[in-house]
Formats: sequence, structure tokens, C-alpha cells
Amino acid sequence: MVETFDKRDVISEVISLGATVLLLTVLSTAYLATRGQDKNGVAWMFAGSALAGLLSGIVLALFVLTTTLIDMRGVFINVKPSLISLLTLKQENLTLGIVYLIGTSTVTGLVGAVLYRTPGRVRQALLIAFLCVLTLGVMQELLRVTFSNIGFLAQLIKSLYEKNGLSVIGAAGIFIVTFTLTLVWSFAQSPVQARIAGLSSRGQFILKSSVFLLLFAALFFIPKALDNIYIGEVLANVGLFILMGLGLNIVVGFAGLLDLGYVAFFAIGAYTVGVLTSPERGGTLNFWEALPFAIAIAVLFGFILGIPVLKIRGDYLAIVTMGFGEIIRILVLSDFLRPWLGGAGGIVGIPKAEILGFQFAGPIEIYYIILIGIFIVVFLAIRLKDSRLGRAWMAIREDEDVAQAMGINLVWTKLIAFAIGASFAGISGAIFATKLSTIYPQSFKFDVSINVLALLILGGMGSIPGVIIGALMVVGLPELFREFEDFRFLVYGAALVVMMQLRPEGLWPETLHMRELHHEHAPPEPASTDSIPAN
Amino acid sequence: MTNTILSANKVTKRFGGLTAVNSVNIEVKENSIHSVIGPNGAGKTTFFNCLTGFYKPEEGELLFNGHSLVGLRSDQIIVLGIARTYQNIRLFANLTALDNVLIGQHIHLKAGWLGSALRFPGIVREEKTALLEANRLLKFVGLGNKGNHIAKNLSYGDQRRLEIARALASKPKLLLLDEPTAGMNPHETEEATIFFRNLRDELNITIVLIEHDMRVVMGISEIISVLDYGQKIAEGTPKEIQNNAQVIEAYLGRGSAGNIGKDPAVVAKEA
Repeated sequence: MVETFDKRDVISEVISLGATVLLLTVLSTAYLATRGQDKNGVAWMFAGSALAGLLSGIVLALFVLTTTLIDMRGVFINVKPSLISLLTLKQENLTLGIVYLIGTSTVTGLVGAVLYRTPGRVRQALLIAFLCVLTLGVMQELLRVTFSNIGFLAQLIKSLYEKNGLSVIGAAGIFIVTFTLTLVWSFAQSPVQARIAGLSSRGQFILKSSVFLLLFAALFFIPKALDNIYIGEVLANVGLFILMGLGLNIVVGFAGLLDLGYVAFFAIGAYTVGVLTSPERGGTLNFWEALPFAIAIAVLFGFILGIPVLKIRGDYLAIVTMGFGEIIRILVLSDFLRPWLGGAGGIVGIPKAEILGFQFAGPIEIYYIILIGIFIVVFLAIRLKDSRLGRAWMAIREDEDVAQAMGINLVWTKLIAFAIGASFAGISGAIFATKLSTIYPQSFKFDVSINVLALLILGGMGSIPGVIIGALMVVGLPELFREFEDFRFLVYGAALVVMMQLRPEGLWPETLHMRELHHEHAPPEPASTDSIPAN
Repeated sequence: MTNTILSANKVTKRFGGLTAVNSVNIEVKENSIHSVIGPNGAGKTTFFNCLTGFYKPEEGELLFNGHSLVGLRSDQIIVLGIARTYQNIRLFANLTALDNVLIGQHIHLKAGWLGSALRFPGIVREEKTALLEANRLLKFVGLGNKGNHIAKNLSYGDQRRLEIARALASKPKLLLLDEPTAGMNPHETEEATIFFRNLRDELNITIVLIEHDMRVVMGISEIISVLDYGQKIAEGTPKEIQNNAQVIEAYLGRGSAGNIGKDPAVVAKEA
């Protein structure tokens, strides 16, 4: 693992990703140590952070010493020379390396204190600039591939990077630009927001719709302009997960019904399209004819799953739904259904979608189908959220008994949540089938359910933009770190733990719908009590 | 005017060996304010829970305007016109005050799943009216400018008001208030008392009240029923109840007549 981290340089030949992570750990330790030391004076604060840095350095140094002087391979199996080399900052001489390590840690600790003393705006700008350099530092390959077809961008990228990471000038440039922009924005933010809030409702509408149109245009034209199969593939995968995420968001985020077998509906959508369209299985329909069936059958299974779990709450619900997901996968694998579903061999030869002779064959063409699907589903999700049904779901999420006492029919309201959630996954599965042309039971394992749930948690439960951000993070981001594929779940775990600590509400949390209070529209009331119709 | 709106006939609710409500008969007159009092654990809230479908009584009959309530689910009972508040406030804590009241109107709105998703013109109109109504109710309980506040961030007293607004949103004929002034200061309690009387006088809502604050109970009730160990031990006007020996015994303990004049703390210690 360390080797993989060390292979990449953030700034070419200057600092590797591994060293950055190491220093970041020390920095945050010192920062945390500084916190709350204000009352004892500045000198104490600096002393404290330096001590924290020093201590971290000494601990690491002791670790290096013990592992190099005594043979500890039996205990620390993964201690390899590369780890020691990373810890001693690539010094050949052990003593010198340890001095360097302790020295750097102490200095980093002091930087933590300085960071703590800097005003909030500047600190935020520094952090964002640093994060930008860090991400861009490891994204070289991706950016190069992405923009290879656009001349001037390709040139720009070439000038920013060296062989293995950013060039020093490139890094400095990115840092300065992002730092300045963030700082300027932090000052301009509130006046701009005030100005937007001050616009007439018509002006706001125009602003909102133009932003929306711009976004749509960007989403529509950029992949075409990039004309890059790899990017198309990534975007299509992210899109499929957004569709699933929006569906699960209704079940888990809105109605609070924890569903761990969500992949079942994805599988049902995919297999319905497979069976109905693949000539190998005697299918005669085309994709568009099969799509409604995929949705309908997913909805049907949504109901079927819903009925037995109506009375089950919380943890138990999670276990039962997990079982349902596995049942579907095992059924698909079974010999019993092999004549129809193909068993482990899956279904092959699923035709591509077609409109008037235009084939949606490549990932970029599929991306457009997905994009349209997402727009429809987002539209529906937003409307459902702010409706009588959406409120009923949220009431159930908040307090099931009271929700029922307010007249909400639990059976129907829960079933409809399962059914609508299932339909979105059904659409996603249907597109998945035509995208790959081949489906195997292996594609519908438990980890798909977990991924969808993870993206919801990361993005923010119940939040529709959160689903999109979450899908980009969970499905898109790992594409950037291809060589860390093996540690994906480790990074997930870490990211989720950090998220739960720092931002339990998610990256883009659910915003409650704030309404105008309509006082000005209400008819004049002679006496406040008369306005309530008596029975 | 003096029709019986609710009648409980020999209602019994058991939990294992414990009989929480034991063969209780209570008749509530239409348009009255009827209090149910009793020491802690007397079965008052359990009685409310039987009325609203949270529990199903083992024996007895509950009639509301001629409909039997036994065996109905709580979502069917609210349609008949019984709404309630809770002893330990149970708002939809993470939703706005306005959403809480809108959910209270659930049974009077018609939008189904398709209507919710496609928002037909009729549904848009319905939502608009519902929003006006919700704002009106919020104003009525004194939360007019707090509609966009998250329920859990409201002050204690405001949460109690919001619960009442949510209950009123269902346009009930009978409102069950479970210790509505618990935790309020004397001034707030007085305001609340006036408010409850207004509810009855102006909206013609019958009120059944569980309350520990005797000033409230004696001040606004027309009839008081006293429960102790699940049984009704007395019923009558405030004056009658104040002088009822059994009630005094239930509250102060057996042999309390002999304790009169002693330091209450000493009496409590001896008990």
C-alpha cells in the first residue's frame, strides 16, 4: 500500500503522495493539539504544537529504529524498505533520516499552530488551494486522457505537469490562482448572495433557469467534445449509480426504510430487458419496448418485497432486505431458472437501443440515454419530495407511530416508497443491460447495494444533489486512483468514518424546503380564530 | 349541547399481569372540557392510547359519535375526528413547523402518488390552500413567524403549541391533550389555559385533558374523572372532586387524614 502511495508524486521529484499523507497526519495532530490552547497565550500554543509535532516525529522515529535494528518482520509483515525510506524522507543514512524526520515533524507542528493563528478566511483559502494542488497532482493521467482532443487544454496540461506529477511552477501557479480566487470569493460571497436574494422573483427565475440551461448544455456537449470512450464509460457508470441512488434515496432518505437488498431491483430491470430483447433467449422486443416491462416488473417486485417487511423496523428491516437481494441473485444463478436466465453464463447478445436507425452503441451514446433518464427521475424526485406523499414519507421517517396517528396509511405509503424506489433501479438496470450487451449474476452482488447506500451517506441522506455528488465520489473518484483499486474499501471505510465525524449530514445535506410564509397573500382576518373552519 | 360525544364502557387494558386500565366508564359531553386526573401510573395515558388506536383494549367498548373505536387503527380514528398531543412531545423533529402542520392536514388532502409526481392543476390548488391553512393555524397558536423553523429547534413551549397546531390541522371534533402545560412556567400555563378555553368556545372542539396542574384542572374543567391504579375512583365537578375523600387519599396516601398538619417532607419519608 505504501508503495502505491509513494509511486505517485504530487509535485514531481519534490514530494510524493505518501510523504504528503504523512505530513498531513502530523499537521492535523498539531492543529488539534493547538486547539483550545488560546487562553494560555501564543507562546504556549506554539510550544504545544511544536511538542505535538516533535512527539509524532519521535514515535515514528522509534518505529523506524525498532523495525530496522531488530527484525520485526514477524510482527509488522508489511514493513518493507520502501516504508522506511518514506519515513526517513529518502535518506540513505539512518541517523540523518531520523533527524530529518523529527525535524520535519516539529516544523510541521509549528505550521499547524501558524495555520491555527491565521484568520479563518485565509485558512480556508489555504486549505482549498492545498486540496486543489493535491487532487490535480494525482490527476495528471486522467486530465491528459480527458482533454487530449482539445488542443489548448492539452497544451495547458502539458505545461503544468512533469513526468510524474505537477511541476514546481505548475503547483505554485495552481496554488496561487486557487488561493486568490477562494479569498476573493470569501469576500464577495455575501454581497453576491445578497444581490441574488434582492432580485425580483422573475429575476431569480431567469437566473435559476439560465444556470440550469448552462448546466444542461455542459452535461450535453462536453462528453461529445471530449469524444473519449474512457470518460464516457466513467460518466455512464456514474449516471447508472445516480439513477439507483435517487431511487434508494426515496426508500432510505425520504421514508427512512433501510434497504440493503436494493441491487435486486437493478438486477430485475437488467434481466427483464435481457430476456425480452436478447435473440439468444428468444426475445423479440427492442430496448424501448422492453423498458416499460423492466420498470413494471421492478415495481411489482418492489411491492412483493414491501409486503413482508411492512411490520419490520430498523435493523431487522436491513437484514430482511439484504436477504431479498441475495435471494434474487441466487435465483438468477440457479439451475432451475437456467433455461430462461442463463445461470452463471448470464444473457448475451442484448441488442443496443435504437432510435430511427441511430444506434446507442458506445458509452457516450449510452450516456445520453442515462442523462435523459436522470433528468426525468430528478424531476420526479423533487416533485415527490415536496408533496403530500413526500411529507408522509418524511413523517414515517421521523416517527412512524405519530405519522399513523396523523392519518397516514403506513401500508400503502411504505409500499409506494418501495415501488417507486424499485422503478428507478429498474430503469438503471435496463440501461445497464443494453450498455454491456451481456449480463452475468456476478454484476449484481451485494456490494452494489452497499455502494449505493455509501453514496447516499456521503452525499447526504434525503438530498437530491447529494446523490449526484455522492455518486461522483463513490463511483467516479476511484477511477482517478486506479492503482489503489485494492484499497478501495479501505479508503471508503476511512472516508465514511471521517465523514460521520466531521460532517454527519453529508457533503450536500438535505435542505428543508423553506417557503414564503404567505402572510401578505392571506386574506385579512377579522379575528385570528375565525379563520379556522369549525366543524 | 349535552350529547355524549365519547363514551367508554368498562374499558380494560392489561399488560401481562398489570391491569393498567380497569373497567373504566367515562362519558364525555359534546363541547365540554373534561379532565382526567390521577397520580402517576394511574392509567391516564394508557386510556388515551386506547382511544387513539395505539393500544387495543382487551375488554369494553369505546363509542365516538356512534362509531366503535375498538380495533380501529390510529389512522382510521383520526378520520373520525379524534386528534391528540403527547405527554413527551412527539413532533416530526427534523421537519419545519410548517411541514408538521401540513402533515397534520394529511387526511384532508387528496393528492395520490401520481398527482404528487405530476402536479395536476387541482393538486397545485390544493397545496396552495393547505399552505394558507397551515400558516393560519401557526398564527392561531402564536407561531406565525416561526413556520420555517425546524421543529426541534423551537422552545419547549413553542413545541407544545406546534403539537396543538398539528392536531388542529386534522380538524378534530375531539381533542385529547396529554399534560399540555407540563414544564411551563405559571405565566405560560395561564396563557395556555385561556387558549384551551378559546379552542372550545370558538371552534366548538370538545377537549379531554390529562393534567397534573390542579390550578389548570380546577380552573377550566366542567367535569373531572379521577383514575387511580387503573380504576375510576371519582367523577364530578371541580368542587365535588376537591372535597372527595377517596381522591385525597389517592393523592396523599392512606391514613393521610392523620397526617394533616404534619410537615409534607416527613409524611413523604414515612410513606
